[in-house]
Amino acid sequence: MMMYVALALGLNLLYGFTGYLPFGYVGFFGAGAYATALIVLHARLPMYVCILCGGAGAVIIALILGPLLRLSGAYFSIANLASSQILLSIVSNQDLSKVTGGPYGLNIQQVYDPQSSYLAMLVIMLLAIGLTGYFRFSRFGMALRALFEDPTSASMIGINVVRARLIVWLLSAAVAGLAGGTYAWYISVFYPDSVFASEISVFAIVFALFGGVGTVIGPIVGAVVLYAFYNAIGISEPQYFEFLYGLLIALLVLFLPNGILSLLTRRGVRVV
Amino acid sequence: MACVSSEPLLVLDSVSKRFGGLTVLDGVSLSVGARDILGLVGPNGSGKTTTVNLITGIHHADSGTIVFDGLRIDRLPSFRLAPLGINRTFQVPKPFRAMTVRENIEVAAYFGGHGAKRSDSDIDTILREIDLFEHADDRARSLTVNQQKRLDLGRALATRPKLLCVDEIGAGLNPLELRHMAELLQGIASRGIALIVVEHLLDFLNLITDHVIVLSAGRTLFEGSLKDASHDREVVAAFIGG
Repeated sequence: MMMYVALALGLNLLYGFTGYLPFGYVGFFGAGAYATALIVLHARLPMYVCILCGGAGAVIIALILGPLLRLSGAYFSIANLASSQILLSIVSNQDLSKVTGGPYGLNIQQVYDPQSSYLAMLVIMLLAIGLTGYFRFSRFGMALRALFEDPTSASMIGINVVRARLIVWLLSAAVAGLAGGTYAWYISVFYPDSVFASEISVFAIVFALFGGVGTVIGPIVGAVVLYAFYNAIGISEPQYFEFLYGLLIALLVLFLPNGILSLLTRRGVRVV
Repeated sequence: MACVSSEPLLVLDSVSKRFGGLTVLDGVSLSVGARDILGLVGPNGSGKTTTVNLITGIHHADSGTIVFDGLRIDRLPSFRLAPLGINRTFQVPKPFRAMTVRENIEVAAYFGGHGAKRSDSDIDTILREIDLFEHADDRARSLTVNQQKRLDLGRALATRPKLLCVDEIGAGLNPLELRHMAELLQGIASRGIALIVVEHLLDFLNLITDHVIVLSAGRTLFEGSLKDASHDREVVAAFIGG
């Protein structure tokens, strides 16, 4: 649950504040999981350093993928989705079994610690909330709103549009990488398919959209409500879950494109 | 007022720009002094807006140089130009639509004004000057086009420009609005801000300045007073055909 709150918020940083919708957001999550696990296996470092390395791993991937920001709209989303699939193919490559474990995944049971990893996820979630709050209420956030509205005008008043977008992109990736690293710690045995699963991107996107992007509490509400819904029937009766879930998305897009919090903003309630 | 002053603020030297196979500007040179008001006129497609786009870093010239305040700027991106003192309005106003009028001015004052802290009273002054003080808390998208044009102007002013390019700000305004806009521009110029005014409406331009450059098909056809321009055979031919 906390993991999805963090991921929905991390995705919201990018989509809600710059308009780039990363369909391959899970790539950063997986990169963080692998980076963390590999550091655990090859270096004797405190666990929180390993997790930070997971975040750093995701940021490095994001830097390499930085030129994707030159694409716009659906093209960005498609290219990002493809890049996450490329990462999946690379880590699950049989010939790289010695390095990445190939299709057999990685095992870091020696550091298994459900309580500490739970706390770590809590910290990451709070970090994501803090970052979103910063984006919402700082001068930097104001610049982001301006360049979201009109990049040409924003540039004309002295905002470095490319740099601002890149900062958001890297921070958004860092949140996913930290969450991925903590997830790896929490479950301690994982396969490429489980940390690069596209459902993770889809969940993060739908949770954020459901609550309302561009806000702090929107993605939190979305993740809490929908993940509870998933837990209630998603595992026991997946067929009804898929059906209701699809219906919900369709209704949302048709009638509440700005998320359920827009019900409040329409009535003049200020939503943070 | 409108005469060429001794120290040019902005100098374009044989600037050219092509889009694909189309040459939009073909060796245009011009200079604007620190207190000048230069009118830029010409038929559609003659390169007026492109000239402004090159000066403000939206596009970059293929050849030629642009020097502002002694510094070459033809390779600089837009966001570097605002702190140097160049700003503009757009032919179709481009405000930050979801932000309030006040926020539009604030964000420009903060990022364009060298990061210096600007007091609320500075922003109020600008809001009064562009006559949008009553609308300060409205969203920019709820303004009329005329008001959005003034907001564009106010946002540019908030960055404390030395040179302000105004692209067809008169288009679509009624005669009363045009007179107010002319007074507003005169007020700006009287504070020592140089203006480049791209305009189709020659009567409106006549209220603001007497110094014009006529462009046609990417070349400078004429430079001098608006009155003389109307008697120049080539200018008349370019506008009316012949």
